[in-house]
Amino acid sequence: MSDDEKAVTIPAQADEPQLQGGTLTKDPAPGEVLLKVTGLQKHFPIKKGLLQRQVGAVHAVDGLDFEVRSGETLGVVGESGCGKSTMGRLITRLLEPTGGKIEFEGKDITHLGVSGMRPLRRNVQMIFQDPYSSLNPRHTIGTIVGAPFKLQGVEPEGGVKKEVQRLLEVVGLNPEHYNRYPHEFSGGQRQRIGIARALALNPKLVVADEPVSALDVSIQAQVVNLLDDLQQELGLTYVIIAHDLSVVRHVSDRIAVMYLGKIVELADRELLYKAPMHPYTKALMSAVPIPDPRRKNAKSDRILLQGDVPSPISPPSGCRFHTRCWKATQICTTTEPPLLQLQPGQQVACHHPENFADQAPQDTVLLTVAKEAEKLLGETALQESAETSAAVAATLSEEAAEPVSEPETGTDEEK
Amino acid sequence: MTELSKTGAALGEPTSASPAPTAFLEVRDLKVHFPTDDGLVKSVDGLSFSLEKGKTLGIVGESGSGKSVTSLGIMGLHTAGQYGKRKAQISGEIWLDGTELLSADPDHVRKLRGRQMSMIFQDPLSALHPYYTIGAQIVEAYRIHHDVDKKTAKRRAVEMLDRVGIPQPDKRVDSYPHEFSGGMRQRAMIAMSLVNNPELLIADEPTTALDVTVQAQILDLIRDLQKEFGSAVIVITHDLGVVAELADDILVMYGGRCVERGPAEDVFYQPRHPYTWGLLGSMPRLDREQQERLIPVKGSPPSLINIPSGCAFNPRCPYADLPKDNVTRTVRPELAEVGTRHWAACHLGKEQRERIWTEEIAPKL
Repeated sequence: MSDDEKAVTIPAQADEPQLQGGTLTKDPAPGEVLLKVTGLQKHFPIKKGLLQRQVGAVHAVDGLDFEVRSGETLGVVGESGCGKSTMGRLITRLLEPTGGKIEFEGKDITHLGVSGMRPLRRNVQMIFQDPYSSLNPRHTIGTIVGAPFKLQGVEPEGGVKKEVQRLLEVVGLNPEHYNRYPHEFSGGQRQRIGIARALALNPKLVVADEPVSALDVSIQAQVVNLLDDLQQELGLTYVIIAHDLSVVRHVSDRIAVMYLGKIVELADRELLYKAPMHPYTKALMSAVPIPDPRRKNAKSDRILLQGDVPSPISPPSGCRFHTRCWKATQICTTTEPPLLQLQPGQQVACHHPENFADQAPQDTVLLTVAKEAEKLLGETALQESAETSAAVAATLSEEAAEPVSEPETGTDEEK
Repeated sequence: MTELSKTGAALGEPTSASPAPTAFLEVRDLKVHFPTDDGLVKSVDGLSFSLEKGKTLGIVGESGSGKSVTSLGIMGLHTAGQYGKRKAQISGEIWLDGTELLSADPDHVRKLRGRQMSMIFQDPLSALHPYYTIGAQIVEAYRIHHDVDKKTAKRRAVEMLDRVGIPQPDKRVDSYPHEFSGGMRQRAMIAMSLVNNPELLIADEPTTALDVTVQAQILDLIRDLQKEFGSAVIVITHDLGVVAELADDILVMYGGRCVERGPAEDVFYQPRHPYTWGLLGSMPRLDREQQERLIPVKGSPPSLINIPSGCAFNPRCPYADLPKDNVTRTVRPELAEVGTRHWAACHLGKEQRERIWTEEIAPKL
């Protein structure tokens, strides 16, 4: 890529004295909490009849707790309908949360109005999934990328045009394309334009909703590398929402796995991919087709989930995954497992985690769903999971005094 | 792929006098061009391959490489003049079980379509009719080719829905497409395409619109059904993971032409075309240790109106300057044998490519 060696400097606008709002604090040091989300909820009402009475709600996001630290990349994965995009729109405050709290740099932004949010908008930017619908076809690239300056009333050093051309260069586009229209660009180039626009005001947090899923494989890699470079050079913090587990693993430091509006597992990348604890995470990862024809017939290590994700209008009681889980027992239908830190860097919401000691060992009778789901599993996968869990339980009880040892990974054969 | 060395693209334009092939499906020098106001779009420009029953061919490529146009061409869906008054210009030969389809009577091809060959489309919501129940659509597909009464056909529809794993098929047969989830719709469409036991099944991006857990279910289903019915399957996708799961042979397309073709293992482990290297390098992989950086292909796919002269890949190829006399920019490379049943179209020397792959590319993947 052409932008590899270029020294990138974005004028430090944040250091200039800010008159409007005065909410900008100094850049947080790397590792400090930039965004804190507690109990975040978003329910979309379903209205019916002449009077438009509310008859129910889509529980798109139903109680999320997480933090994003400065300089890190938080990946969010899940199937369609799990609420990951809604989450992205909530933390950028494009949607009004139903409940919970969002704090950005220690300031509560949960219910800020449009004018209250405006000074913060420059710190929180978004990259959208579809580069075709997120750029106004009637505006030139110069207008599109220059719009943030106009909206925020910022006059960059050397004028807007010069700054926009510099931004275009930063994302690997020709600055001479300033006067062209979006239709003259390919999908990958358009996504770069969207990235340039997001970077215009030197934001602290960039929320990218499926930034590469609309792009071709060879172009995907270009954009992933670009995001990587920009993060290193500008010290950006990313929240990257994607359904592609291999892309998420490539870009993220920590990963949140969502299922039906809840985070089921939140862990450091290495821990999550080596030894996932939530059965859903495990199933999700085993479902990714591996581009290796020699493993074609290794069907046994794939976990097939039965059926589809239940409706978020009336999510299942207790643990939301219990209708498809092969480990579900009575407690899973009644008690919702809290998101607990089971070992440093790995939070899981499960009564019977994989690769770890059982959280509800007294409850052993499998539900009928689980028995059916069990048939779909490869025998090796089941055996392996039982073995690793038992091994961890044993080490835990033996060395109760010592800190939690790393559980044996059950995924050795992947190397 | 038995007769390929004799009838492959290297032979050039086959004449109409060329003998009927022995392979079940054989495509020879297929060209599909669309005239537009801006010029001739050469979506497929000389593609040849063959496929035996019970085998799966994976066609891989980026958007605009001509994958889907190829599949519609085999199904005979281009000639209907759906692009306004201007029809697609198709030439070449498509032999299916001893019959040449392009020169055959359209009515005859119509009888084959749905019965001997059928197709699974990418987006089940737009491929299923929203106004009719799932059952009615499967019944229709069955009754067109079988002289049976509605009851028998419906029994058959229920049986097929059950076979593709739809719960309570006797009830669900009367549901409308909007009442199904994405994965169930795709299953219903698979049921519809298999209801006549086709010998050739073309799956055009069958799982692209689906979630990864559902994708795993559908891939398993396609694999099981193929074993059961012994059909020849063509899987068209941009996802190398999906081809690796299903395909026996892989055909890599770029700019409307085949750049590499061979057994799946060879294409993954001994790829002999820089574009295939690029695809493998662009893809983050779950089964390997974390790579530091991905190795993308620079630039973007070519416009099919102005395909670069010489090798279509030359503007994006990092090795385009290695062959002498600027040959990559002037002469179009033909497919040449690089291994057993393995062809690649590249100007780089065979040894040179082996060296670049083993020394420069493979260690970085």
